[in-house]
Amino acid sequence: MSVDGTLFNKIWNRHVVADLGEGFNLLYVDRHVVPDFNGSAFTRLRDRGLKVRKPELTFATADHSVSTDPNTSDVLQILNPHVQNLRKETQEFGVKNFDIGQIGHGIVHVITPEMGIALPGLTVTIGDSHTCTNGALGALAWGVGQGEIVHILATQTCVQQKPKTMRVNLEGCLPPGIGGKDLVLFIIGQLGVAAGNGFAVEYAGSAIESLPMESRFSLCNMSVEWGARYGMIAPDQITFEYVKGRTYAPKEEKWDAALEDWKSLATDSDAVFDHEVTLNVTGMKPQITWGNSLDMVSSIDGRVPFLNNVIDASQHANMQASISYMGLQEGGELLGLTVHRVFIGSCTNSRISDLRAAAAIVKGRKVAAHVKAWVVPGSEMVKRQAQQEGLDKIFLAAGFEWRNPGCSMCLSANGETIGPGERAISTANRNFAGRQGPGSRTHIASPAVAAASACAGVIADPNQMMMQESRA
Amino acid sequence: MTALVTLKGIAASLMKSDINTDTIAPLVRAGQGLQPAGIRSSSELAQRLFGPWRYATDGQENPDFVLNKTPFRDAKFLIAGDNFACGSSRETAATMLQAFGIRCIIAPSFGLIFKDNCFRNHMLPLVLQTDDIEKLSIMAELEEQFTLDLTDCTLKTASGFEISFSLPLFRQEMLLKGTDEVSTTLNREQAICQFETVVSKSRPWEQLVG
Repeated sequence: MSVDGTLFNKIWNRHVVADLGEGFNLLYVDRHVVPDFNGSAFTRLRDRGLKVRKPELTFATADHSVSTDPNTSDVLQILNPHVQNLRKETQEFGVKNFDIGQIGHGIVHVITPEMGIALPGLTVTIGDSHTCTNGALGALAWGVGQGEIVHILATQTCVQQKPKTMRVNLEGCLPPGIGGKDLVLFIIGQLGVAAGNGFAVEYAGSAIESLPMESRFSLCNMSVEWGARYGMIAPDQITFEYVKGRTYAPKEEKWDAALEDWKSLATDSDAVFDHEVTLNVTGMKPQITWGNSLDMVSSIDGRVPFLNNVIDASQHANMQASISYMGLQEGGELLGLTVHRVFIGSCTNSRISDLRAAAAIVKGRKVAAHVKAWVVPGSEMVKRQAQQEGLDKIFLAAGFEWRNPGCSMCLSANGETIGPGERAISTANRNFAGRQGPGSRTHIASPAVAAASACAGVIADPNQMMMQESRA
Repeated sequence: MTALVTLKGIAASLMKSDINTDTIAPLVRAGQGLQPAGIRSSSELAQRLFGPWRYATDGQENPDFVLNKTPFRDAKFLIAGDNFACGSSRETAATMLQAFGIRCIIAPSFGLIFKDNCFRNHMLPLVLQTDDIEKLSIMAELEEQFTLDLTDCTLKTASGFEISFSLPLFRQEMLLKGTDEVSTTLNREQAICQFETVVSKSRPWEQLVG
C-alpha cells in the first residue's frame, strides 16, 4: 500500500527538481504553451533581461481574442493587438507560434493533444485554467497565472504544492449518446463545485475504460470547475492509438520505449488515495445546467428545484438569484424553455467527435427560425477534417453558422456576445452570470443537446428527437 | 516588488461562497472593444474590480455594494466565503484587488490558481476556519481596524481578537522581503541542468527538437 503508486504521484515524483519543504516542490515543465492573453508575459521577461530557457519546449497560439467570423476582411487579424503581440514576441524569443489558418492553430487545449505536444507522463503548463484537459492523456497538466508563466519561461520549472489525491470511480454502462460532458456535469451535481479543491483527481472505473479519447478530454477539461487543478485518466490502448503518429509524438524506436514506459504509469492496484468516491452512471440521461453555478444541474427531463426545501441560507440565496437571473420558475420544466442562441464550440466540446455527434442530429433538420446557432470548430485541423467529411455542409444547410477556430462565445472575450435576456445552450464549461455577455442566460450541455435544442427552438432531449424520427 | 510585512486597515465583508473570477476581474467586452493588450495601469485595474457588482448596467456605481460604501472604499482586507476566486487563471483577479488596495483576502478556501497568483504578487490569501471568519465578518461590518503582521504570522483586530496562522517558510520570506520566485529559482540553475541531463538519458522520447 503506497501513496506513491498513484498515476498522479508517479508523474509528480519523476519531475521534482528540488524539494522546497512543507509539501512544495520545484517541478520540471516538459511542455509549455502561451495563449494570446498572456503574450505580455514575454514583455515582462524582456523587461527583466531574461530569455526563454527552452524555446523548443514552448509554443504559442492565439485563441481567446481571435474573431471567429468567417467573413472577416482582416483574415490574419492584424488589427487584433493580442494576435500581433504574440507574433512579434514569439518571433523575437524563438518560440513556435501556430498562426491563424495554419495546422496547429486553435484553442490551446484542442491543439496540445492533437499536435502531440501533450503526451502521457509529461508535465504540461498553460496560462489557462482548463489545462487539466490534457490530463486525459495521462499527463500532469495544470493551469498557471501570468507570474507563473514568466517563471516557467525563464526557468522551465514551476513551484507547486503537492495536492491530496482523489479517485472518482465511474461505474456502469453509459447509454448511447452520453459522453464526457454529461459525466462531468453529473459529478459536479453530485459532489458540488468545491469538492475537488485541493485535490488532484483521477477518473477511473468501467465507464472510463470504454470512454473514447475525445470524451475523456471533455471530462478532464471541467475538473477545475469543481475545484481540482489537476484531472487525469490513466493512459491505455485508447490513449496510445490517439497519440500515435501525432506531429510531436515520439517516432520509431523512441515510440516503442515511450509505450513501454507509459504502460507503467497506471495507478498500482494497491495504491492509496486520500479520498475515493464511486458513482453509478448506468442509464444516465443528458445533463444540463439551469443556474449560474455548475452544481445547479439536472437531467434534461428534470425541473428547476423548489427552494422551500433548501435550508442553507447562502445556498438558498444563490439559487434564488440564479432562478431570477435565468428567467426561470421554481419547479418549472427545463424541456420546452425557449432558446435564442446555440453555441457548439470551446475547449470542452469542439473536437471532431463533438461535431459529428451534433451533425448526426442536425442532418435533415432546420435550425428554428428564432434561433441563431453557431458551430465554432476547436482548431484548424478539426475544421479541415469536418469539411472533408462534409459536416460543414450539414450545419450550413440547417441554418447554422460555420465559423473559424477560437474560444469565441465560451467567454466572449473577443466581443462575440449574446444579448441580455437571451437564453443560450452552450457546449462550453461555465454558466456564470454574464459569462456570454451582460444579462446572457447560459445553459451548459453536450453538443447533442445543443444541436437538438437549436432545431427544436426550445430545450430538447436529443434521444427523444432521434427516437421520434425512427418511429416516423 | 513591494514586501508585505504589516497591513493595517479596515476589512470589507463579502460572505458569499464560490465568488468566481469573472465577477472579480471581468473582461472588457461587447461594444467596449477587446481586452487591452500589454501591461495595464493600476488605476484601470482598480476601476474594473468587481465590475458586475460594483456598477449598474449604465455604468453608475451601485450604492449597495460594499466597496462603494464609505469607509470600505479604503478596505485593505476582504473577507469572503468558501472557494473564493474559483474559475479562470487570470492574474487580474489578484492584481485588481491589489490595485484597489486590498492585499489580504481571508476565506475558508480559495481557487488554487488564484492562491498562487496572490503570493506571486505579494498578497496574502489567508485560510481560516469558518467560525473565525464569521466572527471577523461581524468585526468588519463594525468597521474595526485589522492588523496583519507577517513577522509573527498574526492577525489582530481592534476589539482584541487575535489569531495566529502558519505559512510555508519560503512563502513567508517571499512576502517579508518582497523577493521574487523567478530570481530564487534562477539560483537553482545547477539543479535544473542536472535534472535535464538525467532525463535526457532516462526518458529520451520526451526530448523535443523544434
